[in-house]
Amino acid sequence: MAGTLRPARTKQASEPGPDGRAELGLLQVIGADGAAAKTVEPELPVEDLQRMYRTMVLIRTLDERALKLQRAGRIGFYVSCLGQEAAQVGSAQAFEERDWIFPTYRDPAIALHRGIPVVELLRQCFGNARDRVRGRQMPVHYAFREIRFVSISSPIGTQLTQAVGVAHAARIRRDPVVVAAYCGDGATSSNDFHAGLNFAGVWKAPVVFLCVNNQWAISCPSAKQTASETYAAKAVAYGMPGVRVDGNDVLAVYRATKEAADRARRGEGPTLIEALTYRMGSHSSSDDAARYRPSEEWEAWKAKDPIDRFRRYLARRRAWSEDFEHEVVAGASAEVQAAIEEAEGTPVPAIETIFTDVYAEMPPHLREQLEELRRAEAAGRGEEEKGEFPL
Amino acid sequence: MAELTVLQAVTDALRTEMRRDDRVVVFGEDVGKNGGVFRATEGLQKEFGEERCFDTPLSECGIVGTAVGMALYGIRPVAEIQFLDFIYPAFDQIVSEAAKMRYRSGGEFTCPMVIRAPYGGGIRGGLYHSQSSEAYFCHTPGLKVVIPSTPADTKGLLLSSIRDEDPVIFLEPKRIYRTVKGEVPEGDHPVPLGKARLVREGSQVTLIAWGAMVPVCEKAAAEAAAKGIDCEILDLRTLVPLDEAALLESVRKTGRAVVVYEAPKTAGFGAEISAILAEKAIEVLEAPIVRVAGFDTPFPYTLENLYLPDARRVLAGIEKAVGF
Repeated sequence: MAGTLRPARTKQASEPGPDGRAELGLLQVIGADGAAAKTVEPELPVEDLQRMYRTMVLIRTLDERALKLQRAGRIGFYVSCLGQEAAQVGSAQAFEERDWIFPTYRDPAIALHRGIPVVELLRQCFGNARDRVRGRQMPVHYAFREIRFVSISSPIGTQLTQAVGVAHAARIRRDPVVVAAYCGDGATSSNDFHAGLNFAGVWKAPVVFLCVNNQWAISCPSAKQTASETYAAKAVAYGMPGVRVDGNDVLAVYRATKEAADRARRGEGPTLIEALTYRMGSHSSSDDAARYRPSEEWEAWKAKDPIDRFRRYLARRRAWSEDFEHEVVAGASAEVQAAIEEAEGTPVPAIETIFTDVYAEMPPHLREQLEELRRAEAAGRGEEEKGEFPL
Repeated sequence: MAELTVLQAVTDALRTEMRRDDRVVVFGEDVGKNGGVFRATEGLQKEFGEERCFDTPLSECGIVGTAVGMALYGIRPVAEIQFLDFIYPAFDQIVSEAAKMRYRSGGEFTCPMVIRAPYGGGIRGGLYHSQSSEAYFCHTPGLKVVIPSTPADTKGLLLSSIRDEDPVIFLEPKRIYRTVKGEVPEGDHPVPLGKARLVREGSQVTLIAWGAMVPVCEKAAAEAAAKGIDCEILDLRTLVPLDEAALLESVRKTGRAVVVYEAPKTAGFGAEISAILAEKAIEVLEAPIVRVAGFDTPFPYTLENLYLPDARRVLAGIEKAVGF
């Protein structure tokens, strides 16, 4: 697999290069027709390939339903990752169970691929009593300790320095852990992107930085984000390899990530991967991309859909059939439906969850505030019961 | 018992805890071979090696961001910020990340870590080597804010801070780094967080202070005693969580309060102390609460002695309270 990690070329590749060749620094494995370039095709067992496909279909099913839940006012907010399924699943497949993941809010498929059931995501989106984060965060800000999927925050890029800290700590403890640090194109402008890549380079930290370049940071295209011709090119100045990969090609993403992860695990330091993809939806349920984005661009990228492309590959490998498709789609729909029913039927978190987990132990002033709120709530309910509280 | 300066007590605490717990790592700008610009980490790299005491690139955002990561992984980072004045690039990591990690993840992820920073005026450091910005951190739920004023407390509170399960902002009054000496117990003697220290017992007025303002209050109290005024002094030691019980007990006894802090007066932590007293002890107050503080200006260089509360200004505050 050696050879794909080289300093990124600076020429912009707005169109994917010819199939099977890493043209203009853009690594591709699966062609538009589903044929793989044999020289770079990874050796993955059919079960793994099918599992990757299942995750991609599952997240797309969830995104579609969750956006509808938001529109219907049943959840407060949602962020879809439509079009970016390959970048998440291809990279997630390349990491080991012991590895740590620092995701962004547009990377939920990684959690699914690492074994988190859909219902856990929906409990969080509903912010209910069974939500891991106890109804404290807006939807899509997940945290799953058991798969080392680190808590997501809304500030952009802050996870990048933290990822380097985990990697450095793991190395101090002699644990062969690799850390995946995800960010979007907008995050490359942040303080933490610079600090994170700089610290990782200096410390030779076992980190794989994955910049999922969906080309839009809310309403700002890449031209307003950077004067660099590519994001991968930034790696050069931090003393690490920069790799540019077709982010809609799940096997290309897998291949580049696996190579970078192996390299990190061997103690050879960090890599920056730029996965070129496209944000097919709006930034979030609060945004309307039609205000600022040409529809022709969207149409062009729709033709490069990562799931369609992977399906064609699987069909060629005889790892896909109509029956398989039906089973995967029906299974995803059923899982999402059952999860919605459970999550929506679960009550809101208990009142003390406002005050717990601020500190390991609740200090006296928080205890006092909790008691005050409880008294006020009890008094309010009393009034309501007497019918004297106008609602 | 050994006689140590505040600065030597910092080093002693770090060494003691690094010997006791191999998860503890110390890092920041120039802390390795150079032992820190104040020499607080002197000898640590030599004793514990470059893996446990190391230099970082010059980026506070990177120092605190990586500290958060190390804490998430389960080692115990003690990060040095060279001067508190330089902490602002790390503000996002402290306020949005370290402080909120436990809460926002429902306890799935936590950040037990210490950020040490020399703070405060009195060393002719001008605007950017003198600030006393503890209030920013006190205003952020999820952080603990600890400020010692004696060598023994410096060691004991730092030991407790490193062992604490939450992120601690540990502010070291650099003005008294080398000027205040005191007996420090050898070995492992932690001082619990959240407990104030009664510095001096008195009956007529309570002086409430922390850090380098504590010795200033002691001087003022001695001068007040010469004038027949009996002052009690409370060193808060931990601003968050605050030892409200000790605060209220003292003021209920004396009936008067003078809050002394070197930060700008408006919205400084002394304002919070005043509000607590007004809310919970107004019935015992014999006089308005007096604040003796820095001015609402940036920190001046040449005239810093006029900016910083000194015994004379504290004494004037005492007389105002007692003479009301």
